[in-house]
Amino acid sequence: MATNEVVLSVRNLSVEFSTDDGVLKAVDNLSYDLTAGETLGIVGESGSGKSVSSMAILGLLPKTAKISGDVLFRGQSILGRPESELRSFRGNKIAMVFQDALASLNPVMTIGKQITEAIQVHDDKITAVQARERVVELLDIVGIPEPDRRVDQYPHEFSGGMRQRAMIAMSIANEPDVLIADEPTTALDVTIQAQVMEVFERIQERTSSSLLLITHDLGVIAGVADRVMVMYAGRQVELGSVDDVFYRTGHPYAQGLLASLPRVDGNTPGNRLHRIKGQPPSLVFLPPGCAFNPRCPYAKPGTCDIARPEMHSVGFAHASACHFADELMTKEVAL
Amino acid sequence: MTAELQEAIAVGSDETALIQGTSPVARTQWQLFRRRFFRHRLAMLGLFLLIILVVCCFGAKWIAPYKNVSDLLADPAPPSRKHLFGVDLVGRDYLTTCLYAGQISLKIGLFVSVISTVVGTITGAIAGYFGKVSEQILMRFTDLFLLLPALAVLAIALKKFGNSDSTIILVLAGLGWMGIARIVRGQVLALKEKEFVEAARAIGCSHTRIILRHIIPNLVGPIMVNASLSVAAAIIAESTLSYLGFGVQAPKTSWGKLLADGKETIATKAYLLYFPGLLIILVTLAVNFLGDGLRDATDPQAKH
Repeated sequence: MATNEVVLSVRNLSVEFSTDDGVLKAVDNLSYDLTAGETLGIVGESGSGKSVSSMAILGLLPKTAKISGDVLFRGQSILGRPESELRSFRGNKIAMVFQDALASLNPVMTIGKQITEAIQVHDDKITAVQARERVVELLDIVGIPEPDRRVDQYPHEFSGGMRQRAMIAMSIANEPDVLIADEPTTALDVTIQAQVMEVFERIQERTSSSLLLITHDLGVIAGVADRVMVMYAGRQVELGSVDDVFYRTGHPYAQGLLASLPRVDGNTPGNRLHRIKGQPPSLVFLPPGCAFNPRCPYAKPGTCDIARPEMHSVGFAHASACHFADELMTKEVAL
Repeated sequence: MTAELQEAIAVGSDETALIQGTSPVARTQWQLFRRRFFRHRLAMLGLFLLIILVVCCFGAKWIAPYKNVSDLLADPAPPSRKHLFGVDLVGRDYLTTCLYAGQISLKIGLFVSVISTVVGTITGAIAGYFGKVSEQILMRFTDLFLLLPALAVLAIALKKFGNSDSTIILVLAGLGWMGIARIVRGQVLALKEKEFVEAARAIGCSHTRIILRHIIPNLVGPIMVNASLSVAAAIIAESTLSYLGFGVQAPKTSWGKLLADGKETIATKAYLLYFPGLLIILVTLAVNFLGDGLRDATDPQAKH
């Protein structure tokens, strides 16, 4: 499935915004690799920097954002390149699927025209007839019935699931190497979610593109991702294969997230859902040491509130940013 | 019994066929536009009026009941069966005069509207989309034009550059684009934050493309309405100028000029004011109805 060729490499990526209260670190020292054909899931709660980091990759953040670090696409640095060069990457090599498909489609353009545009922007030789054929084919790939009729309809004539499929069709129009999906199923109901995720899987089989799947739905991750990265307060806290992160969890925050999932057998203490105590910290005033320590059930005063844990290896291709990751993984600690 | 059942099933399947038959018929954008536009009663009325006026005025050569020359032997006369609009002070059939005058008024109205809409839309779109320095420069420039006392500037400009039709059109357009520029800028400010603009950037669209293909088509409604209003505004502005003696000069004439000439005899020959005034009102109404219909017809989210 996944070859070892690194397609997208993020190195020490940081994104800062200056606010009235001080510097807001939306993304802090993020590093990961995405190999060809692989699906990397990024999970974390709202404001953990998932979306901002992916927008930074495409250079879509406003100019007020201070970005440092590096993003390499097939070994070439693409961060901080001029807008005109970035345009040839966007939608062509790296494409994005947005969360809210209705808001992300132009209400006064037909679906067909919008997808055609994605093709024409990168290929000015294609004729209108060829483009239309390609669009119908794309709509068919993503599973839209009667694509030759639907192609002339407007976004408001599509249902929610179909809009998201149309967005996906637009993003795969140029067979990009990397597909970034920013919460592609959050606005959809569960059955449609499953269908949309199936579309992603089918596309990956066809084009062997890599998928960066941003979500807060661990169920979706478990279903389709090869590897998972957990983010908390703009930092990565755990990175590893789905099995490692789900069954040999190396970070208390990831543990907390997993424990808070509802279980089919309802077998949770007191029959209530587990929750992580406290609130996510303000990104302007992060607690010293580990950002998670005020909420962490294992936090040790003297260590966790002083030294910031760095990502370190806790197994084969499995890294965690917890001082006590090894202890956490070896002994069963009741939450 | 079985026969009845079969019949019932047959009827049932007929019904399903019927239901399937009512599945929405695909219509192209252009078909939808036409359908909505031609069903808009006021717009149809406006279009009808405008076509009649344009045909009559520009076909005056063939349609006008009399020659457009003065007959010094004829006395001024109120409307009669022979002269529907009456006879003016220099013995011309007033209907004929009004038709010829309409050529200039309509020309000015339409051209001024098109030019000022294009200039205003471009200015507003650039200012709103790019913001920062370009916005400051363009919008302060717009404010400056708004501050100018329009009539005085128009009068001076026309005195300086002469008052040919094209000068009048350019000068009126030059003072008429600020409203639409401000409207477009405001709308663009809101639209450029929309996610579909971000999505357009994410597929690699250039700024020019985003403005032309994604933002402006979303503004067709307000732009149309404004353009139609500005046709009327231009005709009225030209009337004002002519009334004051700065606009169209004799022997050419426009509706505004006719009003200006008619003011001398308002007490005795009011009909000389009624007809050009009525024509101005008719055009204004027709164009506004038309703009209304166009706006409704270009909205893809409108029903049917």
